[in-house]
Amino acid sequence: MSLLEIQDLHATVGDREILKGISLSINPGEVHAIMGPNGSGKSTLAQVLAGRELYNVTGGSVLFDGEDLLEMDPEERAQKGIFLAFQYPVEIPGVSNMYFLKAALNTIRKSRNLPELDAFDFLNLVKEKMKLMEMDQALLNRPVNTGFSGGEKKRNEIFQMAVLEPRLAILDETDSGLDIDALRIVAGGVNALRSPERSMIVVTHYQRLLNYIVPDFVHVLSEGRIVKSGGKELALELEEKGYAGLGIEDEEEAVGRV
Amino acid sequence: MTAVSEQIGNWLAAFTGQREASAGWVVELRKAGFERFAEVGFPTTHDEEWRFTNVAAIARTTYRVGSADRLVCAPEIVEKMETASAASHLGHYAAVNGNPFVALNTAFIDHAVPATVLRVPANAVVESPIEITHEVPADVTGDPRESLPISVHPRTLILVGANAQCSIVETYKGEGSYFTNAVTEIVVGENGVVDHYRLQQESPEAFHVSSTQAQLGRSATFSTHSISLGGSLVRNDVGAVLSEGTEATLNGLYIANGTQHVDHHTVIDHAKAHGTSHELYKGILDDRASAVFNGRIIVRKDAQKTDSKQTNKNLVLSDDAVINTKPELQILADDVRCTHGATIGQLDAESMFYLQSRGINRGDARNLLIYAFAQDVADRIKVAALRDSLERILFEKFHEHSH
Repeated sequence: MSLLEIQDLHATVGDREILKGISLSINPGEVHAIMGPNGSGKSTLAQVLAGRELYNVTGGSVLFDGEDLLEMDPEERAQKGIFLAFQYPVEIPGVSNMYFLKAALNTIRKSRNLPELDAFDFLNLVKEKMKLMEMDQALLNRPVNTGFSGGEKKRNEIFQMAVLEPRLAILDETDSGLDIDALRIVAGGVNALRSPERSMIVVTHYQRLLNYIVPDFVHVLSEGRIVKSGGKELALELEEKGYAGLGIEDEEEAVGRV
Repeated sequence: MTAVSEQIGNWLAAFTGQREASAGWVVELRKAGFERFAEVGFPTTHDEEWRFTNVAAIARTTYRVGSADRLVCAPEIVEKMETASAASHLGHYAAVNGNPFVALNTAFIDHAVPATVLRVPANAVVESPIEITHEVPADVTGDPRESLPISVHPRTLILVGANAQCSIVETYKGEGSYFTNAVTEIVVGENGVVDHYRLQQESPEAFHVSSTQAQLGRSATFSTHSISLGGSLVRNDVGAVLSEGTEATLNGLYIANGTQHVDHHTVIDHAKAHGTSHELYKGILDDRASAVFNGRIIVRKDAQKTDSKQTNKNLVLSDDAVINTKPELQILADDVRCTHGATIGQLDAESMFYLQSRGINRGDARNLLIYAFAQDVADRIKVAALRDSLERILFEKFHEHSH
């Protein structure tokens, strides 16, 4: 059985329909890349799956491990094993990274009938995962994402993912704003988390990230629909021909060519 | 008798029936207080200073005048003085001709328990905090007079000598339905360093009105923190008069839910040059609670090079909560820097989603963000025991709150 089963998903924000019938099936252990120009609905799909209330689901269904995902609150989805790495991680002054992550981990553990981790075990776990992300431990005592550089924020997302060990990780443009060194570290962290039980959706505008996180499948999104699906070679084809090569308009590239 | 004179009449009986004052000047001071109160009566919402705070519920209640249980914990070096020896200070800073409640308080100085008068000698460095707690115990029945609600009028004077250093924690709490009308005067000598904290944790049915007035010497460093959590109707006036090179900090945190009303009126008076003042008041309002923040900053003609910053931030958690916030700048000097700003906001939806997307339950996420909002005021509390207990109180308050 597939871990995630999306059927004909429609979603709107305000009066605007952004997702216009998306169907996608993801099996345990698979990594799916979702590519597409700006405004194609990639981020909306990521946020709808995580339960952002800003979007209204107007049609279709999503099953996660056989359960109706759309019925669940965001926290319930997280407790069941969904993790969204935010494109723009939110700064929360006044809440320490450490406190936040411990609260998150222990709520998730509790929901799975696992014992909560005490401060000592938590710190050991966190130290190990920080090493993986080459993160400075001082970041733990800082408020969540506050005063972090762009790269530190993205690393912090993957670090959280490493601690929370989701069954389905959704990476929303995790590569944007990263220089090549930071990209390598982030991708290394993601690859270390690949396992036969864990699935991933990698949302990206550029093929670059997929050199480091090699997907099993690539889907191209345009105007709220998946217009093409294929293996990892589809990403290379896109790299070569651009979205225009598939007959898709891309605002950014269009501007770039003037 | 008109309603107003009837009100005054009840207070008059209590005034004339109280035990004799310990010194002639106290008799005169009390009298000045009562005369002033009898003249102006309780304020109404027609008074600009009381526009948003209606004290009719206090005015129409007949109280018996009593006293709160008072506990003073002060290190040995702090001198506990008789009221009679404070003639040159008591009543000099919180004047009876200002606020009618100060006048009423003054009328009952030494009523049942003497005023709290403490002196920190010059050059003394007092390590552990001076703690003054006023607690109104639950009503004892028996005497028919005791079926009347109680009003208490705690009066405090703290004199801090030159170069001395201390911290002061005042706590107000109680049980049941009563009216606390407190006045505290603080005098800080040249170069003195004083941190003052006022924790208002009255019962949910209580009325609490207070005035805190600080007179600050040259190059003194003073901070006062008003933490207002309890009470159904609360008005706190906080004033500070600065001298040359004085640094004053006025911080506050008010949290109100249900139908609580909490009003802070602050006055920072830059009387001399080179003074610095920082003011940060934060409020959290839920349900049908209402709050007022009125921050007046006066920069006198001679107070050149004044540097003053005022901030009031409010987190409003429901559609029915109301906040009235107003800065009042009276600047008579020309070479000064004064900034002020007020914000009113709600919980950030994106932050909520971020926390929830990590598995944190909605209620807990909400508490965490409310707590975070209050964090910077809590962080500025230097008395560790108070900071810890505040963190616990906040945690409990928000917790009970979200379910």
